[in-house]
Amino acid sequence: MSLAVTPRISEALPWRWPQWSRARWLSPLVLLALWEAGSRLGVIPPRVLAAPSTVAETFWTLTVSGELPSNLAVSLARAGAALLIALAVAITLGLVAGLSRWGETLVDPLMQIKRTIPSLALTPLFIVWFGIGETPKIALIAIAATFPLYLNLFAGVRGVDVRLVEAARSFGLSGWSLVREVILPGALPSFFVGLRYALGVSVLVLVVAEQINAQAGLGYLINNARDFLRTDVIVVCLLVYALLGLGADAFVRTLERKALAWRPSLVEQ
Amino acid sequence: MPQPRVRTRAFAPIPSSESQAAPTVRLNGFTRRFGDNVVIDGLDLTIAPGEFVALLGASGSGKTTLLRTLAGLDSAGGQDVTTPDARAVVFQDARLLPWKRVWRNVALGLKGADIRAHAEAALKEVGLGHRLDAWPATLSGGEAQRTALARALVREPALLLLDEPFAALDALTRLKMHDLVLSLWREHKPAVLLVTHDVDEAVALADRVLVLEKGKIAAEERIALERPRLPDARFHAIRRRLLAHLGVDAPAPQPAPALVSFPTGEVVL
Repeated sequence: MSLAVTPRISEALPWRWPQWSRARWLSPLVLLALWEAGSRLGVIPPRVLAAPSTVAETFWTLTVSGELPSNLAVSLARAGAALLIALAVAITLGLVAGLSRWGETLVDPLMQIKRTIPSLALTPLFIVWFGIGETPKIALIAIAATFPLYLNLFAGVRGVDVRLVEAARSFGLSGWSLVREVILPGALPSFFVGLRYALGVSVLVLVVAEQINAQAGLGYLINNARDFLRTDVIVVCLLVYALLGLGADAFVRTLERKALAWRPSLVEQ
Repeated sequence: MPQPRVRTRAFAPIPSSESQAAPTVRLNGFTRRFGDNVVIDGLDLTIAPGEFVALLGASGSGKTTLLRTLAGLDSAGGQDVTTPDARAVVFQDARLLPWKRVWRNVALGLKGADIRAHAEAALKEVGLGHRLDAWPATLSGGEAQRTALARALVREPALLLLDEPFAALDALTRLKMHDLVLSLWREHKPAVLLVTHDVDEAVALADRVLVLEKGKIAAEERIALERPRLPDARFHAIRRRLLAHLGVDAPAPQPAPALVSFPTGEVVL
């Protein structure tokens, strides 16, 4: 038997590549610099795309004037109301289908049919039904967010370890206490996956829904900016949409860290 | 004093001169079949209060089915089966709910004000007083099984059902668990049915060993050896008889162990 001797290359090299090879911030920064340079040199006209510095400035003015916060609040209220509806519907249907054969037989086919129809394709129908006010916007987001919530909760309930259910039964749990102590906590990790999807989808549908004759909201801000060729405002709104997505993800992560503290990967050693 | 819960000691021994107390478990001609497959075939079994019975058998001999029936996990189908209400199972895999801290797992299904105190007392008894608030995922295999034992004991069962509870543990931990189970059994005096396929374990622990074969009791061995049981000649004789019933030819009375039994002072050549 021989032991391999690993030469310590890192000490031999005078100049270290690894630090630069991991600089993931580098390419976005270069792109930003090129973009700014292009704008200043007149290669990118403002009506095509505003310069990053202009975008930052507009972001600041819109925030200070209160225009951005108030429209953001309107958009968030729409998405929030829709999500609450989606949660109520999805949890009810997911539990009904997950906990009983009859529930599955009755509920699941309808949900699967619904899944084959892209939610956004319902837009014209919803405008005919609900007009162009708040209702079709909230309904569209709610419909789109319901499915990932339902599907993952259903799968989570069905995926609960039957041996744990059996053990809990042998210790006298049944009915609602079994659901509360065993089935719901067991389905929770899967439910969070659904919640993450639902938040992502709701931002996506929010963008489209707000193009329907909105009087306020981020979509209204974008439409308005389009009419006046204000590419800086459009880019600001795109940034806000991106931040919304990031924020939603961070929100679910925080929830998961609190609610799933028992999971081995999250247990502190 | 608030009474935390009613404890049924359905078949507790009658404190009198009567030697024949009502048995804790009684099966009369019990049969269980899955389709055409007869798993248990006209089985008669009684277990006296406080008796420690081990059930040996190869895979598919019906021992798990029998335990599940006694545990109430499978319906007895209206047959002549008497079991106490106060019974608890320790499964081979500890089956702790990963989202409940250790003491909450022990207290699962208990009702009343001071369930934490009860759980704490039971956990201290199995030597886990220091892991009350741990997550199950952080327990070792032995700790998880001790938690499962505490969860069973806290219910003060008249019948304790052990379904190969030590099979997944390492040899050293298994020996420690044997001692623990014996001391808990002496302290609480439940009737015990231990399902195992480890002949040494059965002989080391039980008052009576049953060999189950094709759904019938093929052999029965009363073990009058005092505890703790050392692997002496009598131990080996019982072991060999049981192994023979299970279709295993144990080596003939071995001269080898005698070589190490020096306390007798005999010289074996």
